[in-house]
Amino acid sequence: MTWDTILTGLAGVVAMATPVVFATLGETLTERAGVINLSVNGTILLAAMGGFAAALTTDNLWLGFGVGMLIGGVVAALLAFTSLSLKQSQIAVGFVLALLTRDLAYYLGNPFVGKQGPRVPVMTLPGLSRIPVLGALLFDHDPLTYLSIVLIFVTWFWVYKTRPGLILQGLGERPAAAYARGANVRLQRYVYTILGGMLVGLAGPTYSLSVKAGWKGTISGLDGIGWIALALTIFGAWNPLRGAVGAYLFALLQWLSLVVQPYLPDVPTQVLQVAPFPLMILTLLLVNIGNTEWMKRTLAGLPPDARHTVARILRAMQVTPPAGLGRAFEEE
Amino acid sequence: MNQNMTWRETLLYRGGAVLLALALTSLVIWVSSPSTPPWEVLGLVFRGAFSTPAQGGLSWKKVADVLVAWIPMLLAAAGLLITFAAGLWNIGVEGQIVMGAVFTTWVLRLMQDSTAPPALALTLALVAGAVGGALWALGVGLLRTYGGVNEIFGGLGLNFVATTVVLWLIFGPWKRPGIGSMSGTEPFPPELHLPTWGDTRLSGVALLIGLGGMALAYVLLKGTSFGLRLKAVGNNPRAARLMGLRPARYMMLAFGLGGALVGLAGSIQVTGVYYRLIPAISSGYGWLGLLVCMLVNFDPTWAPLVALFFAAINIGSIQLPIVLSLDSSLAGVIQGSLVFSFLFTEGLRRLVLQRRARAAAS
Amino acid sequence: MQVELRNIHKFFGPVHANRGITLTIPAGTIQGLLGENGAGKSTLMKILSGFIRPDQGEIRLDGQSVTFHSPADALAQGIGMLHQDPLDFPPMRVLDNFVTGSPGGLLPDREDARQALLSISQQFGFSLDPDAYVDTLTVGERQQLEIVRLLWLGARVLIFDEPTTGISAQQRQKLFAALRRLADEGRTIIFVTHKLEEVQALCHRVAVLRAGELVGTADAPYDLDRLVEMMFGKVISVGRADPVPLGETVLALEDLAVEDHRLNIRGVTLNIRAGEVVGLAGMEGSGQRRLLRAAAGLIRPTGGRVRFLGRDMTGRPYLDFHRAGAAYIPADRMTEGLFPDLTIAEHVALARQRVGFFLRAEAMRAWAQEAIRHFSIRGRPETPARALSGGNQQRLLLALMRPDLRLIFMEHPTRGLDLESALWIWGQLKNRCRQGAALFFMSSDLEELLNYSDRVLVFFGGRVSRPLPATELDVEKLGQLIGGYGFDRVVNTAAPAAHTEGEAA
Repeated sequence: MTWDTILTGLAGVVAMATPVVFATLGETLTERAGVINLSVNGTILLAAMGGFAAALTTDNLWLGFGVGMLIGGVVAALLAFTSLSLKQSQIAVGFVLALLTRDLAYYLGNPFVGKQGPRVPVMTLPGLSRIPVLGALLFDHDPLTYLSIVLIFVTWFWVYKTRPGLILQGLGERPAAAYARGANVRLQRYVYTILGGMLVGLAGPTYSLSVKAGWKGTISGLDGIGWIALALTIFGAWNPLRGAVGAYLFALLQWLSLVVQPYLPDVPTQVLQVAPFPLMILTLLLVNIGNTEWMKRTLAGLPPDARHTVARILRAMQVTPPAGLGRAFEEE
Repeated sequence: MNQNMTWRETLLYRGGAVLLALALTSLVIWVSSPSTPPWEVLGLVFRGAFSTPAQGGLSWKKVADVLVAWIPMLLAAAGLLITFAAGLWNIGVEGQIVMGAVFTTWVLRLMQDSTAPPALALTLALVAGAVGGALWALGVGLLRTYGGVNEIFGGLGLNFVATTVVLWLIFGPWKRPGIGSMSGTEPFPPELHLPTWGDTRLSGVALLIGLGGMALAYVLLKGTSFGLRLKAVGNNPRAARLMGLRPARYMMLAFGLGGALVGLAGSIQVTGVYYRLIPAISSGYGWLGLLVCMLVNFDPTWAPLVALFFAAINIGSIQLPIVLSLDSSLAGVIQGSLVFSFLFTEGLRRLVLQRRARAAAS
Repeated sequence: MQVELRNIHKFFGPVHANRGITLTIPAGTIQGLLGENGAGKSTLMKILSGFIRPDQGEIRLDGQSVTFHSPADALAQGIGMLHQDPLDFPPMRVLDNFVTGSPGGLLPDREDARQALLSISQQFGFSLDPDAYVDTLTVGERQQLEIVRLLWLGARVLIFDEPTTGISAQQRQKLFAALRRLADEGRTIIFVTHKLEEVQALCHRVAVLRAGELVGTADAPYDLDRLVEMMFGKVISVGRADPVPLGETVLALEDLAVEDHRLNIRGVTLNIRAGEVVGLAGMEGSGQRRLLRAAAGLIRPTGGRVRFLGRDMTGRPYLDFHRAGAAYIPADRMTEGLFPDLTIAEHVALARQRVGFFLRAEAMRAWAQEAIRHFSIRGRPETPARALSGGNQQRLLLALMRPDLRLIFMEHPTRGLDLESALWIWGQLKNRCRQGAALFFMSSDLEELLNYSDRVLVFFGGRVSRPLPATELDVEKLGQLIGGYGFDRVVNTAAPAAHTEGEAA
């Protein structure tokens, strides 16, 4: 394996991660506001199909992306209305929408399967792309990848540095306190759910018009990505930067599985492709085990020194979800 | 404070849900094929469950097909009702079907070259399927009770792992002579198939197991102290603890029992439908079982009927590609719309009740 | 800023939480607001700070009638509230907490805010690190942060809800100094508490609420006895129940210690005998609940031993206590005691031993009807628990206790119940004692503690008194102890008492 092929591969990783980054950022925003949108998986499929169909029939890429985001926004709005206003379980509604949108994608996408559609052209950035290594890695992509990288930082900046971002953190953490500081909790939850949904929607056409151009129905290979994005949101501890790192790691693992494939002839491709999932469970286990009842009981039985040390280690690994995640909030 | 509605009003909301679902699906159909009226498409789906377009009239073969699809849905729904009773979202249901299928295939592979009578081999295979499903579900349970991993994510992760295991087996150790392919493992000899009725694909044994599984869930949840305790744990684990129950243990029991029933669905897919292990062995019946449970509001009473209806939609939609060149995934659209509409109208109903209570209070 | 509350009424469903409260607070005063739990203090303060709207009545600031649409609205008009558990965002940094919700453009000026935070802190002698995470701060420091924030945002009236719960003595001193200084600067301070000592030490004047009504006001210096009387009302002498002959030791606590992130209680030694009733008194959150839970095995004590019926049960789970004949009845009946969606019949069947694997509907109905009759529950076998009133929920909880109990742990046995239900409940509990059970309970109702306990332990400031015979106490004395008056006297004797107090028999 030459240096050049490695570099091309890694550049491919950056491109492959692009839609996952969009979806993870979207879900991170939504969950930061205290809402779980479980429909991500189906939304991506429907947006991929819809975006592809729109771009194909009108031969307008912009429209394709517009439709994808619109779909994401509408699905999220349905979830927001049914759970925030009608007070139905976010889990139930999100899950039904995940299944419904997936089947809708397959049903409505049937006539478009296998068609040759438009594709976002690569836009090599002049100058920047000539930087050794980094140029090939980051600056020889299509505009979406640039957009995703910019969005990672914009989202991060929004959440941690801006005034509305600070309130956003509060919405998910302690809606009562956010309310006390002047936030209209329900309205803002609506806004972030829909905004997050639109980002998730953007992931769809990013696949169908760029990364995995085309629509191939059930064998498009997109089913499951949404669940990964949900897990990455947790892995990222609801931090856009950390979530994005997770998305790149995920893409890297998938690429590595292809790379090591020839050396492991006995292991089928598909197995290595799914390797990130057990890793996801393991990560979730590590970050959650400190929250369990038996762990607390065990801790209380230890001598003080050991107790405090173990507690500190657990706390360092632990990710704690926004305290108000999934909870209804009523102004008194 | 009037907390309840008359049954008339309740019926009104249920009817509203059906109408809303019909409207949604009609809209979807209209978008996909503006030239065909939606009722024609829906009518075709409905008739398709009982007859073939070529012959018309009642086709027993079709009815048998509906029942064949009904069985795994019954088992999945039965298993899910038990885990739901304990307050658990067993999203790992698909993986549990898959592992049931894997364990069954494993036992059959071990037994097919032995001299053991086929009945014994099949029985052992079914038991193994239940064990496989239970073990996989207990994995989710362990992650939840001792690892603090929410059962939704634990279950999802294990679903993917189960899929991986199947693929690895099909392309690896259990591959067909020559080269492994997506068409699955080498089919089992006919004596290791569950016996079917006439030239249909319906197996009486499988039907009995399916109905038995649902009956078990029904009796357990409605008529036993065990079911009552499960419900108690699901309704309020903290109160259950103060009453001297062990919530963690009941959750594990629910996972084990529910997983066993779900695993049987996978078992029957292998021994009674495909006669081998294929990558898509679960056929999405786990997800459908979940939708069934949501639509009956987690009450076993109506679950078999709703499952039958869902199975009919599934089979009826198979003709869509042939007759109207529409995709058969319309079935999922109809089913999903129904459940969404149900949740939606339930929300409206609750809102109205709340308004009424507030008006009564002031 | 002068605050006037005029004829404030507030209903929560059938509960009349504020009944026509009228109170004027001049600028530059520290106004105390006294009352026991459920007296309506919090409701009144939530109305004043814009969290809830009154059903009737008027708020005037400096003579101007105002309405608040939200807490932020109230703050914009100069009223800031500091909640008992400060309404901040624990995972965020101090500085981020400080600027969150402040008015301004897209980007907060952090440098400016940092300077403001440091300079206001300095004025009051607070030392807050702007870069520390809030969840590493003590409750006292989190309060300081809120005070600084509210002042920065221009609050001229500051409401403090039980601010001294869970803070150290030093922090309390600092807090009081800050409050005095704020009042000197002309700000209006409202100090909600049920500690008499603090009213005495800090407040210029005090208003006392009881059962939603303003029962009286007083100016410093105070007549403590009168305050206690206003707070708790005239003691209706129910007369102490007949003494129950005491039996063997049921529960023995030896040097028990419990810990959480804000409390550290140690050295509790106590023997409870069959037939005996021991009450835990103290302000909410002083550690009574944790101690009760540790004694029942619900949480693991960090030190000491627990013996139940002579067996060492230290560190054993609650289930073992339950099996051996103990039951824990929580205060929050809907979140911890009962199953909201399960019917009375299902509750009764759940609690019964030996019901068999299959449930028989007629039998369940019969058991439920028996329980309903015997415990005078207003409901039918198929009524779900959430549809029952508080009194009937408590009756149902009693109906669920098995007949051969040896030890009952109970949080607030009669909280929220009408007098008739309360008397009935205690009649039942006393019956249990006569049948050989011991009762270990906590309450914030002084009369209940005095009328029914044999001995009382008082919690104050992270310490526990020795067991005090109820006959040696009266409402005034107990009220003062809960407020910290004379508390040192009953604690200092605790160490030797641990040995002398044991069983003479």
